[in-house]
Amino acid sequence: MARIGVFICHCGENISATVDCAKVAETIGKLRHVVLSTEYKYMCSDPGQTLIKDAIKEYNLTGVVVSACSPRMHEPTFRRACAEAGLNPYMCEMANLREHCSWVHEKNDITTEKAIDIVRTQVEKVKLNYALQPIKVPVTRRALVIGGGIAGIQAALDIANTGHRVVMVERSPSIGGHMSQLSETFPTLDCSQCILTPRMVEVAQHPNITLYTYAEVESVEGFIGNFKVKIRKKAKSLDEKICTGCGLCTTKCPQKKIPNEFEQGMGNRPAIYIPFPQAVPNKPVIDRENCTYYIKGKCKVCEIVCPTKAIRFDQPDEILDLDIGAIVIATGFDVKHADFFPEYGYGKYKDVIDGLQFERLASASGPTSGAILRPSDGQVPKNIVFVACAGSRDPAKGIEYCSKICCMYTAKHAMLYKHKVHEGKAYIFYMDIRAAGKNYEEFVRRAIEEDHVEYVRGRISTIYEKNGKLIVKGADTLLGGQPVEVEADMVVLATAGVANSGAEELAQKLHVSYDSHKFFAEAHPKLKPVETNTAGIFLAGACQNPKDIPDSVSQASGAAVKVAGLFSQDELTREPLVAQVNRMAPPLYSTCVGCFLCQPVCPYQAIEREEFKARDGKLIKAVAKINEGLCQGCGTCVALCRSKSIDLHGYSNQQVYAEVMALLNEY
Amino acid sequence: MSDFEPKIVAFVCNWCTYAGADLTGTSRIKYSPNVKIIRFPCTGRIDFMLLLKAFANGADGIIVSGCHPNDCHYTSGNFHAKRRWIMFRELMEFMGIDTNRITFSWVSAAEGAKWAEVVNTTSARIKELGPYVSYKELVNRSIEEEV
Repeated sequence: MARIGVFICHCGENISATVDCAKVAETIGKLRHVVLSTEYKYMCSDPGQTLIKDAIKEYNLTGVVVSACSPRMHEPTFRRACAEAGLNPYMCEMANLREHCSWVHEKNDITTEKAIDIVRTQVEKVKLNYALQPIKVPVTRRALVIGGGIAGIQAALDIANTGHRVVMVERSPSIGGHMSQLSETFPTLDCSQCILTPRMVEVAQHPNITLYTYAEVESVEGFIGNFKVKIRKKAKSLDEKICTGCGLCTTKCPQKKIPNEFEQGMGNRPAIYIPFPQAVPNKPVIDRENCTYYIKGKCKVCEIVCPTKAIRFDQPDEILDLDIGAIVIATGFDVKHADFFPEYGYGKYKDVIDGLQFERLASASGPTSGAILRPSDGQVPKNIVFVACAGSRDPAKGIEYCSKICCMYTAKHAMLYKHKVHEGKAYIFYMDIRAAGKNYEEFVRRAIEEDHVEYVRGRISTIYEKNGKLIVKGADTLLGGQPVEVEADMVVLATAGVANSGAEELAQKLHVSYDSHKFFAEAHPKLKPVETNTAGIFLAGACQNPKDIPDSVSQASGAAVKVAGLFSQDELTREPLVAQVNRMAPPLYSTCVGCFLCQPVCPYQAIEREEFKARDGKLIKAVAKINEGLCQGCGTCVALCRSKSIDLHGYSNQQVYAEVMALLNEY
Repeated sequence: MSDFEPKIVAFVCNWCTYAGADLTGTSRIKYSPNVKIIRFPCTGRIDFMLLLKAFANGADGIIVSGCHPNDCHYTSGNFHAKRRWIMFRELMEFMGIDTNRITFSWVSAAEGAKWAEVVNTTSARIKELGPYVSYKELVNRSIEEEV
């Protein structure tokens, strides 16, 4: 005989403002088998949880329905509370009154009636719940870090320093990411390379880190603690063990006209190349798409000049199979290509560049060795205009969100320019100055007060060329929209930060959620900013949304702690919400007819064949059997099963039918 | 008929649409209150007999919603659901069920506004179609005949 307790939460006023909680409690209290129906202001608080625990003991409850927020938020909280009171945690269900009712409807009777329906549905479900025991699975203590930018580097080093093995996979030939392209960093103006390259080297030399550059994740199977990952190591056309990294091949390569990705297209590189002088690993790769040998079938100059004979033209891609326990995604961001604003003339005028290109111009290792020179004629620009929000906060043409880093790096760019071109004039067109961060506002003030950067509040309508000058037309909104015109020698667009190319594809390989901008989605916007919805996969850095270096590093350390926490356990517990094929006494054994149609639909190959044999070894019956360790509980086999022999714990046929009935019929 | 409040049952997956509906709540986007959600781990779990059960018990409309193609948390459950829906739709049409009463949609965890839109358009359409009495009558008649 079921004894159900129903606990209705006001969530402060979040629920009670629109739902008549007293009425819900009263109506639900009249349902069969409900022995307690009560309400409280904050169920998730300590007194709220104590209320539930005491009631379980006092009323000898067999089932609990907590009617509060989304189960995605607090189901673990209340299940734990039930377990502490001696009730099996899977005898607790949540009715989602907040996200699915009180927050989305007006205060009226219909809303309260809906709330009653939602609670009643869960009451009928919980009556059919049964005790379940968590499944124990082993944990492979090796982490995979995808992406070798500053976030990936930090995460990898932090995990490796806890004594666990780390595999880092980086798509390009060197780690370092966007940070390695930057000249100086805000708000301290310290050199990006100086703080980054020691860490890059540390990654390469750390005994616990295995680094695969020029490699990509091919596929990911499995689950928390037990991922099976395939890594494609793209052919570098080089035997890395023999190559000394002397770089002679890169100087002799006859193909020299390939736009240099590291220099953001502001310089050229050969077909066999080391991306930048401080690259880790500091060994070249052959870009097969542009190499004369791969295109025309002859050349091989690099092979001839190589003193150690390390070139391997016939090297194939290599696929590595790895057992991985946890994954950190740190794939970073891209800058939105600036030519989506034709009125700014990017691509049309050589002296209109984007922020990353300016970083390369200002960098001592860049194409101009740090001199700020116009790309068109190599002259020093006397007037320079920086355009903030070139695409950000522009739902009509660009993206609606704020890219967060541009206000700061634009201030930095203007300062770097002024420090190098003292007599020059720097203008920044902006919407708002968003400088929230430690020492950020002070940094912007320095740009204005010490370096006399002119901030003009307003947007640019058009940029065009006239007599060798770029005419920047805009409006000053602080002067009532008065038109402003600047004759500039160079324009720098602070283009929006967007999700990395390939982010969507990677998300689909990893089965993690991503948002409409293709940034990876966190499990909870406030309380689980590092976790994804998929257990064992964590986020670090700008792959989640545009972030500056301090934020990326903090999140990476957070992700590393999550991984270390996971690896500190001998075995992991998994939700026992898996499928099961029924079993009966002989001679029936199971209602399963052995059609095995469930096998091909199972995404995890979790369905096995079990044979029942007579004493003489003759086969009596072959039926399906679920491997609990592999089953992830999607339930596709349950819906498909023709003889209804498979059921899913937590979402059994009985339960879901009871839910449908309860939702539509009043009892 | 103007005060007709349809009963609409939404069968949604836990990872995309349920989370999307949570986001609708977190974003405080208001929508029609006559849709009630039943959570499944995956749209692949949804046995389409449940849809008939819902109609038989007085549902006026149904929403089935899960992850976008390729975004399924379990790789392929939403494809199975889609294929099942394509097959089932024909069967339902053959049986005389008005398939306009069923909305099949993809709503991701990031599409809170889309969920409100799916609910509101479905609700408006079902309001126009009126209460779904014919199916219930059919079920009652067949029970009577049996008796």
